[in-house]
Amino acid sequence: MFTLIDEWLKSALAEVQEYVSLSWAAIKGAFSRPFYFHDVVEQLDSIGWGSLTVVLLTGIFTGAVLALQSGLTLDQFGARPVVGRLVSASMIKELGPVLTALMLAGRVGSGIAAEIGSMVVTDQINALRALGTDPIRKLVVPRVIAGVVMAPILTVISDFMGIIGGSIIAIFQLQVTSGQYWKSITDGLYVQDAWMGIIKPFFLGFVIVSIGCHVGLRTKGGTQGVGRATTNAVVAASVCVLAVDFFLTRLLITLLY
Amino acid sequence: MADIYQRSRGAVAEQPSRTDAEMIVFKNVSLAFDDTVVLRDVSFTLRKGHTKIILGASGAGKSISLKLILGLLKPDGGEVWVNGQRVDRMSELEMMKVRSDLGMVFQEGALFDSLTVGENVGYKLYEESEMPLDEVRARVEEVLGFVGLSQFIDRKPSELSGGQRRRVAIARAMTVKPGILLYDEPTTGLDPITADTIDEQIVKLRDLEEVTSILVTHQLRDAFFVATHEAKRKGEDVEFVLAAKEKLEEAEFMMLKDGRIIFEGTADELRASTDPYIQAFLS
Repeated sequence: MFTLIDEWLKSALAEVQEYVSLSWAAIKGAFSRPFYFHDVVEQLDSIGWGSLTVVLLTGIFTGAVLALQSGLTLDQFGARPVVGRLVSASMIKELGPVLTALMLAGRVGSGIAAEIGSMVVTDQINALRALGTDPIRKLVVPRVIAGVVMAPILTVISDFMGIIGGSIIAIFQLQVTSGQYWKSITDGLYVQDAWMGIIKPFFLGFVIVSIGCHVGLRTKGGTQGVGRATTNAVVAASVCVLAVDFFLTRLLITLLY
Repeated sequence: MADIYQRSRGAVAEQPSRTDAEMIVFKNVSLAFDDTVVLRDVSFTLRKGHTKIILGASGAGKSISLKLILGLLKPDGGEVWVNGQRVDRMSELEMMKVRSDLGMVFQEGALFDSLTVGENVGYKLYEESEMPLDEVRARVEEVLGFVGLSQFIDRKPSELSGGQRRRVAIARAMTVKPGILLYDEPTTGLDPITADTIDEQIVKLRDLEEVTSILVTHQLRDAFFVATHEAKRKGEDVEFVLAAKEKLEEAEFMMLKDGRIIFEGTADELRASTDPYIQAFLS
């Protein structure tokens, strides 16, 4: 029994060690040469533009359902006009960053793990090394940069769409005027909320992409292994997004408020 | 055909040009993965312009030897020398320089799916050199012409047959004019006619471009073709004839069994061996 626990702990620690080592190598690679600029542009397009539809839809429906649910609760206190404040605060501080990150974990994290995993099992990573290219600089660094840059941008878009979705419900179903809705947003929103909403996605974007790369590079066992790596990347990235969000929120509340 | 392989490499230019220069040396190399021993005390030398044909059953340690030469794996013990440099202790960054004189043809080709044939072949020049794009394109067309695939330059690897993919892989390996080419099962899974074209490319590169090569295979037919034939120019064409005696001696067979070398010698010596395992392997 103890041997099993011992082995599990050792393998978990080795995994964490390799992840930290890869992350550090990626950070160093982002600030040194050779730098594959056109791969960064390609990944910005793939991660950013490619995820736009899913982020737009997630944002608008989350904002709309938030307005619907909070409208019912606020009615009990006669506070229906402040529904905008509740929608915007929830979207900007928490739901926008987390839901966008979860969507990216599903779409981008899985895609990265599958792509890099396929390259590993077909010897393409070894071929890259044999041709004198460092796979971390060529594959990991561009994806990490794109993830860190695009996650905040997509989060802002998601926040905005959530507020728009909330306004549609507030105006047409809850019968709150447009002026009341937008005023409650501007009255209730503090600059600290915006900071919290914009700082989190930088870290969440890094976590999603780096986990996808790490899991992809450790793929073993042919096409079955690629499938396993894809699933592991989504599960690990999703859990890490929620955990990192919790610790970041705790830290940012201490620092900002 | 023009000599498309004229050397311009700094790394090799510094090496002695004697024909007996040691290009690859293994000294008592051992490697194990957990409890599985892959190589035990393996030692051999490959001289400039020679071909080493490594035979053995699956799992005998053939492909691992190539990965050790390329520095993709590090041995547990012993020394690996490439072009006069000890590589088994080198960092990944230092290995990049050594790899500039090494070309590798992986099993199944290992072509990059997302790139075209031309981009695959010119990968190193496009990504890792300052060569002008039009010159890279010209070099890519030249090398693809050498393997007879010029018309496929803009195709994706998925649109090619297995044999064509292997030829593209050979073209990619030779683009930067390496002095040493490593072939990892280049004909496995191919029909005999397609395998012949790959064998001919290997012989052509060795005899016409003076490339030192290691061929890992368990296809005896291909191994003996490469060992017993030589390529000669005949006007614009290249013909393959039975190798002369001195050429035969430049192709050395090496057989691995359970990570140990059980035979080293020429094609004739291999055929004459009385070792029961070798006899069984040859039959």
